[in-house]
Amino acid sequence: MNERSVDVAVIGGGPAGLSAALSAKKNGVDVLLIERNESLGGILNQCIHEGFGIELFKEALTGPEYMQRFIDEVENLKIPYMLNSMVLSVNDKRLIVCSPQGFLRVKAKSVVLAMGCRERTRGNICVPGDRPAGIYTAGCAQNLINLRNYMVGRKVVILGSGDIGLIMARRLTLEGASVLAVIEILPYSSGLSRNIVQCLEDYNIPLYLSHTVVDIKGERRVESITIAQVDEQWNPIPGTEKRMECDTLLLSVGLIPENELSRQAGIELHPVTAGAVVDEYLQTSVPGIFASGNVLHVHDVVDWVTLESELAGKSAAEYAKGVSFPESKISVIPGDGVRYVLPQRISGEKDVTLSLRVFCPGRDKKIIVKDGGKVVKKILKTRAVPSEMIRLSLKSKDLGGIKELRVEVE
Amino acid sequence: MRECDILIIGGGVVGCAIARELSKYELKTILLEKECDVCMGTSGRNSGVAHAGFYVQSGTLKAELNVKGHRMLPSLCSELGVPYEEVGKLVVAKKAEEIPYLRKLKETGDRNGTHGLEIIDGEEVKGLEPNIRAFAALYSPSSAILDPFDLTIALAENALSNGVRIILSTKVEDIKKKKDNFTVKTNKVSYRSKIVVNSAGLYSDKIAAMVGIDKYRIYPCRGEYHILDKNRRNLIKHLVYPVPPKDVGGLGVHITPTIHGNIMLGPSAEYICEPEVSTTCEVMDQLYNEARELLPEISRMDFIRSFSGVRPKLTPAGSTKAADFVIEEDPQTPGFINLIGIESPGLTAAPAIAEKVAAMVGDSTELRSKEEFNPRRKPKIGFNQLPDEEKARLIKEDPAYGRIVCRCESVTEREVLDALDNPFKVRNIDAIKRRCRAGMGRCQSGFCLPKIVEIMEEHHSMTEKDLRLNCEGSELFIGRAKDLRRK
Repeated sequence: MNERSVDVAVIGGGPAGLSAALSAKKNGVDVLLIERNESLGGILNQCIHEGFGIELFKEALTGPEYMQRFIDEVENLKIPYMLNSMVLSVNDKRLIVCSPQGFLRVKAKSVVLAMGCRERTRGNICVPGDRPAGIYTAGCAQNLINLRNYMVGRKVVILGSGDIGLIMARRLTLEGASVLAVIEILPYSSGLSRNIVQCLEDYNIPLYLSHTVVDIKGERRVESITIAQVDEQWNPIPGTEKRMECDTLLLSVGLIPENELSRQAGIELHPVTAGAVVDEYLQTSVPGIFASGNVLHVHDVVDWVTLESELAGKSAAEYAKGVSFPESKISVIPGDGVRYVLPQRISGEKDVTLSLRVFCPGRDKKIIVKDGGKVVKKILKTRAVPSEMIRLSLKSKDLGGIKELRVEVE
Repeated sequence: MRECDILIIGGGVVGCAIARELSKYELKTILLEKECDVCMGTSGRNSGVAHAGFYVQSGTLKAELNVKGHRMLPSLCSELGVPYEEVGKLVVAKKAEEIPYLRKLKETGDRNGTHGLEIIDGEEVKGLEPNIRAFAALYSPSSAILDPFDLTIALAENALSNGVRIILSTKVEDIKKKKDNFTVKTNKVSYRSKIVVNSAGLYSDKIAAMVGIDKYRIYPCRGEYHILDKNRRNLIKHLVYPVPPKDVGGLGVHITPTIHGNIMLGPSAEYICEPEVSTTCEVMDQLYNEARELLPEISRMDFIRSFSGVRPKLTPAGSTKAADFVIEEDPQTPGFINLIGIESPGLTAAPAIAEKVAAMVGDSTELRSKEEFNPRRKPKIGFNQLPDEEKARLIKEDPAYGRIVCRCESVTEREVLDALDNPFKVRNIDAIKRRCRAGMGRCQSGFCLPKIVEIMEEHHSMTEKDLRLNCEGSELFIGRAKDLRRK
């Protein structure tokens, strides 16, 4: 079996992995980028709509355009990468990689986990009914249409108003299909507001809030679905059922970080994010293993993935060079109204950006960072919604002597 | 009109086991299956358990064939290269009042010839299964698990390689009894056979009625299941069953480890009008709640798929006594062998049923052993089960082993290609899934479906017209992108 030693191994060649690899390389170490698909770019390959890079480049790029900027740089810096190569196991910083070129053991000084996420499936959310052809997760349908040129259906209902579902509502409409409805169990959309406007409202596609799919009929191919309104506990309300004849049901019901390798490597995972618990260097509970992007927590826009992964790449490079990090003694805890906050622990000795999500949509909300009764930082959000990640920076000078930080919505 | 000695109707595990058993003899045997693959009905929709024989009433045919089949399965599975694992079973009493039921089960098992049954106390249960809360349990060390798709497909493939013709997508429409044979009309060609074996499962009553035997009625009884993510597999090691409920719908919602490392919860038992395999909100919740009584650790987040199967029962709802298997040659219709009401433990009993049917065939037909009969099937290579050195060697020989198509189950391109090259030439997504597990994992084919479609396109020139989830009518696509715009 072949062996290879490297300073930093990056698992995943999507936006997170590309950015982490570039950043590590620029910090003066040898990098190996490992991608399981046949090309770099990850999910951006199939995201042919525009809207990427608004934060970072102040331009609305398509997914492939956005990723190409990073791929070009990887090529220019001659960062070695392996395609069609899947990491089968991570044991401390030793990886086992399976590829058509052979089986490879990689010994790294540090590792960046950048495996992205996967879509929640019908099984995860227990949608009852038949199991005919014509039921796809939205991302899978996006791949089939945009990359393989297959049309998945004529009359489509979409369950879940996640961003991919909204994008696919527009995409399918542009392809000539009729999208009958987007069904959302929550009383508000779980996608970005710009996507609600640009993908549904512009095409007169109805959005049914507080509704869910209660039955799927079809022996071989989907023939109809039944939706119903739900109460506050998400239980369908009898008498509100509505049958829709369709041949396709797309599911856009959430994303789950792909942490199988992390779990197997014994990394501590967070019950809410389903990603690793990390410090301000994005280091996981296993020293020298870092995580960023959607494998750490599901992001709303790719720009934040890129920025986060730059930090992960830099940290991994420093670790590989033997730099020691200060101890992260301060816990960062989600308080009232906050679903999660990252990183979960910090040292207080350097500036840090917190990423967080709120539980409920609201207007004119204050996001407050507290040390006991003392307010460390306060920002005002005219609009705070669960679908949008909030970023908030803290200065090290404000963090002296702090034991625990609590982030709240007021 | 095609001629044969034996015509088997139904390609479930029983039909395929009979086909394989008869392939040992110099007979012209044909098996007809209405679906586009074998194991599309009840045989593939159950717990995948080899029952040790303590649930069935002593002295019945069911008890005899259950225990016999259970003894035959290990060597049969080894011949066919089908993994079989004796994980053992615990029937759990949650309170002292349930202990008499355990004793009753043990007595039944002892009478039936089940080996090694013992009643153990709560502490011992804890030693075997730390996550299970119990007052006491009946421990059955020889209860085992296997993949029913794997076994049924292996039986069919082995029968085929020993000369049985397996004809798929062929539905029997009518049967005429002639003087010393039967004419079987299908949606395709007609067949003339001296002997007909009716192993049509849920439809066996309708098949029997075609020759005027209208005394049987099948009552479909649906059971729903949840499948849990493999990362929960360490929750239990044994099959964990409750004390059976009083009505005879099923054995109670149990927790079953699968041979591939998942856990299944189920099944429910619900009599339905038509044998349909949908799932329902109510039962999905009920299963979850009942399973949590045995194993509180389970969470809905662990579910990766739900499915249901239908038991072909001979007794209607509310019955308190289970019916026996019916395996008989109708006295008024000699040559017509009916297998009716083959529900649980049908999977376990299948090899014993097959031997019994072969003996019945032998009563009227000479059984001459086939010299060239080969009982073995080449085992499949399960890449993800192999040690690293072996994986490395395989990739060196064949780079298609290095390309992982299904990331959740680590299924390689070579295994997908081999599944597509199956001897029945069944080429659809479910057929691949059942043969190599691509798509069976936690993402439920979200990632590998496009890759598998590409492989089917590239290696078998398939197009949107014949790319299907399973049988005809289950087309994955309505055309190519832009097609709807052009119209």
